[in-house]
Formats: sequence, structure tokens, C-alpha cells
Amino acid sequence: MTDRLDGNAIAGALQEVFGREMTTATGVCGHCGDSNRLGALAVYLAGPGTVARCPGCDAVLLVLAEVRGVTCVDALGFADLQPAG
Amino acid sequence: MERTAVLGRLSWRFATVLEVTAETDQTHSIVLDAPDWPGHLAGQHVDVRLTADDGYQAQRSYSIASAPSDEQLVLTVERLDDGEVSPYLVDELRAGDRIELRGPVGGYFVWRPTDAVPALLVAGGSGIVPFRAMLREHGAAMSAAPIRLLYSARTFDQVIYREELLRLAARDGIDVSITLTRAQPAGWHGYTGRVDTALLRQVSWPPEEHPAVYVCGPTGFVEATANALVGLGHDPGRIRTERFGGTS
Amino acid sequence: MVTRGFHGRRRAEVDPARVPPGQYVTRDFPVLSAGPTPRRLAADWTFTIRGAVDEPVVWSFYELRALPATTITTDIHCVTKWSKLDTQWRGVSLDTLLADIDTSADYALAFSDGGYTTNLPLADLTGGQAMIAYEYEGEPLTPEHGGPARLLVPHLYFWKSAKWVRGIELRDDDQPGFWENYGYHNYGDPWKEQRYSGD
Repeated sequence: MTDRLDGNAIAGALQEVFGREMTTATGVCGHCGDSNRLGALAVYLAGPGTVARCPGCDAVLLVLAEVRGVTCVDALGFADLQPAG
Repeated sequence: MERTAVLGRLSWRFATVLEVTAETDQTHSIVLDAPDWPGHLAGQHVDVRLTADDGYQAQRSYSIASAPSDEQLVLTVERLDDGEVSPYLVDELRAGDRIELRGPVGGYFVWRPTDAVPALLVAGGSGIVPFRAMLREHGAAMSAAPIRLLYSARTFDQVIYREELLRLAARDGIDVSITLTRAQPAGWHGYTGRVDTALLRQVSWPPEEHPAVYVCGPTGFVEATANALVGLGHDPGRIRTERFGGTS
Repeated sequence: MVTRGFHGRRRAEVDPARVPPGQYVTRDFPVLSAGPTPRRLAADWTFTIRGAVDEPVVWSFYELRALPATTITTDIHCVTKWSKLDTQWRGVSLDTLLADIDTSADYALAFSDGGYTTNLPLADLTGGQAMIAYEYEGEPLTPEHGGPARLLVPHLYFWKSAKWVRGIELRDDDQPGFWENYGYHNYGDPWKEQRYSGD
């Protein structure tokens, strides 16, 4: 379960949190400036919560934690996050 | 007509299993009756949720194996022996059972029949599943975009959708190449050995044609294939990947 | 609604008194990870105690191996609800590493390769409650499970047992670590089911 997955794997969770399809949204890494669709992020599901990292530099971009049935999201790793038109 | 999934708030719905069919000894297709299914795009996913009698729940995301134009929603699931959900779906689930679904979700690893550029699909093992939806959709929509599929399986018996892929290979605009990495039946005319730079150079569109590239399979397979494609000169920004983990 | 025939990945028959509330027992050893697995050679690994000390103290892997080791058999409890019983670990007690360190700190922040951190009261690292483990079930600890060495604090939820640990920062104030920042409990006692902040 150490496997790295892609942002596609959390499409449902992202849509639930953001209220819209987010794997086609574009995020800019606040650490290295790399720009990627969220579907292309490196995703790790096998922890207490879900961590999505920059595929270029591995910086943490997004953390999803389900606390008592409510999914909390921290997207502070992005310098910019733009949903697809 | 543009099919658009209804977005916004996701909710769980019940789907009834109509039929479970074996694709290989490890892989079954589950045909579902999902009332009010909003439609989907080829390559999208569905989240599946199971609930035990003590309230314990497990949730996984699966690629949709059926085309948007197919009448029924189909998931194809490979049993992972140390898994929690996939052994249930493959071994235990039967017609008449009900499971919870949420979706369709995703939009990144998606192919549309209106896409005009050539597409290269590279599958490892059960990574063929979303590509089956794309190839079916290609046929149903009579897409003019040429598609090449390179599919890596261990043995001939482990080739999922074998008959259908052979039929598809006969169609115009679709090229199917299969490589068997572990053993080949007598008289095998396809490729042998792992997907590597040499094989990709042979079957893929040249980078100058700017194909849309989709790679789906186990994490290691996807990493190696994507790296080889970049090495051949493909634009990393045009390579979409979908890694199947061992989490199911 | 219950899914017919689904029971989840349960379930060894065990003495329920050994299983904290909300946990189930697994025989395999799920790998928890929030990022790529660091592949650090033991030769390149060091363990540092820094922060509220006069001088940071650093051990190489070989210096750590030369210290008196202890072997313990214990149960581990992950906040994702699996527990694993009778796991055997070998390593160096934190009591040994902290023996010559003079500090006023009440808290510790463990830090790892890959940037992971987790916080604990210093008192939970002493008194034979914690070790830097380098062997699991008689074999060198694999990278997937935190090798070359990890923190092991089995009386708390397993996210406190930092994999790939590189050291401990002793602090006068309590600074939340990675998961503690995202709503997980600051202390994490499995017997009190302290999964989330406020539990």
C-alpha cells in the first residue's frame, strides 16, 4: 500500500469537498512552481489521511483528512489553484 | 450530442448487480443496474462503498469498463489477494446483490470521441479497463481519431477482454498490439517481453504527431512506461497516467 | 444498508481485552505512507537529539547499533483501525539515548526523512515506553516499514511511531506534527480512542 497513485484516485473525494470536478483543475506548486492538473498529482492514500504531492518536487500540496465523517481539506501547498473553465 | 455528467454534490446511490462474468481467473466484470445513472465519459471512475453488518465501511475507486453509449454500467475488478474489497467483489458478489456507488468522478484521464488527435493507450494488466471504455466509445461514436493500444499481460490467459480486443483490432482506425511478458502460447504472433523503449518506439505515434498518450497499470509499470515515453521525446504534459495501487 | 456477505478485512479471533475500542485485528502489516519511501542506506543515517539541549547529540547507525539493545514484543494500533498483536522489535531504548542529556523540555517533536513530524510529551518517550527500532521480527527493518530505523511508541496510535526517524527536537512548547496539524489527536491514546482533536 505504499504505492503512489495519481490524482484520479481521489476524484470523488475532491469533488465532494470542492463541489465540482477538480482533477482537471490546474494547481501551481508553491515550492517549485510546477503547474499540474490535479489528476496528475502524486497521491498517497495509505495514511491516516490522504496526501497529494507535487509530481515534480514531492512537496505536499493537498491534504484530505476525514474527521468524524467530515472531510477537511488543506490546499495550502498550492501557490495557485484554478478550476478548469 | 455532448454527454455531460451531472456535477456538483455527489451522492451515493444503490446499484443492483445484474450479472458477474469471469474475464480471467483473477478478474471479473460486474454488470450493474444503476437507476438514474447520469452518464459518464470514457475513462471516468466510480467510487464503490461496502458496509459490513457491524457498520464498518470500505470504499474504493474503480475505472468504468463500459462505454458511455453502452446500456449497462460495467466495472471490471481484479482480485488482489491481500485486498479487502476486490476479493469480495470478485469472489462473493452475485446477481441480485446491491452495492453503493458514487459518480461518475474524474475528468483528467478521459478520452472524448471529439478529440481529433491520434491517441496512444498503454495498458499493464488490469490497466486495460478504462481503455476498453475508450475503444468502445471510439466505435460507437465512429470517431475519426486513430487509436493505438499497447497492452502488456503476463500470459495469454491473463489478457482481459481477449475476444473483444481481437475483434476491435480488425476495425479501421484501431490498432491493437499485445505483448506477453511471461509465457506465450504456441504460434503466438504478438510481441513478447516487457514494454520498453524499443517496443514503444515501434508501436507509438512519433512524438512529432503530438499524440494524446494515456498510460494505465500498476505503479511500477506506469513509471517505467512514462519515463520511456519522455525519453523518446513525448511531451510530459501530454502523457496522462493512472496508477493502480495495491490498495483494493 | 449492509452489503450482503461483506465483512471487511477482519478478523483473527483474539482476546477482546487486547483490542482497543473501534480497532480490529489484522495478521498482515499494512504499510502507512504519506509520501515516497526514502531509501537511505544505514551508512548515511544518523540520529540527532537537538533543541532544548546544550549541544545536539548525534549517533551514526553503527554507533546506535553498538549501544545496549532491547527486544520487545508488543501490540500496535493504527488510527486507520487495524491493530496487530505480538509484533517483535529490537532497538535502543530512548532511555539509553536520553540518559546523558540534560534538558528542561517537556515535549518532543520527532522528525524524519521526507519531512514527516510527530509530537509527543517527552515523558512518553522515557520509562521504557519507546525505542529507536532497527529490527522487526528478527530482520533488519525494511524501508517500507521505516528502515533503517524508526521510532516505536506502541502505547500511542501508530502515526506517533515515526518511520525513517532522523531525530528528536526537545522543546519547551508543544508543537503539533504533520497529522496533528490536520485534525488528528495531539496525544493519541488508542485505549481512550483519541483519534481526532477533541476526542
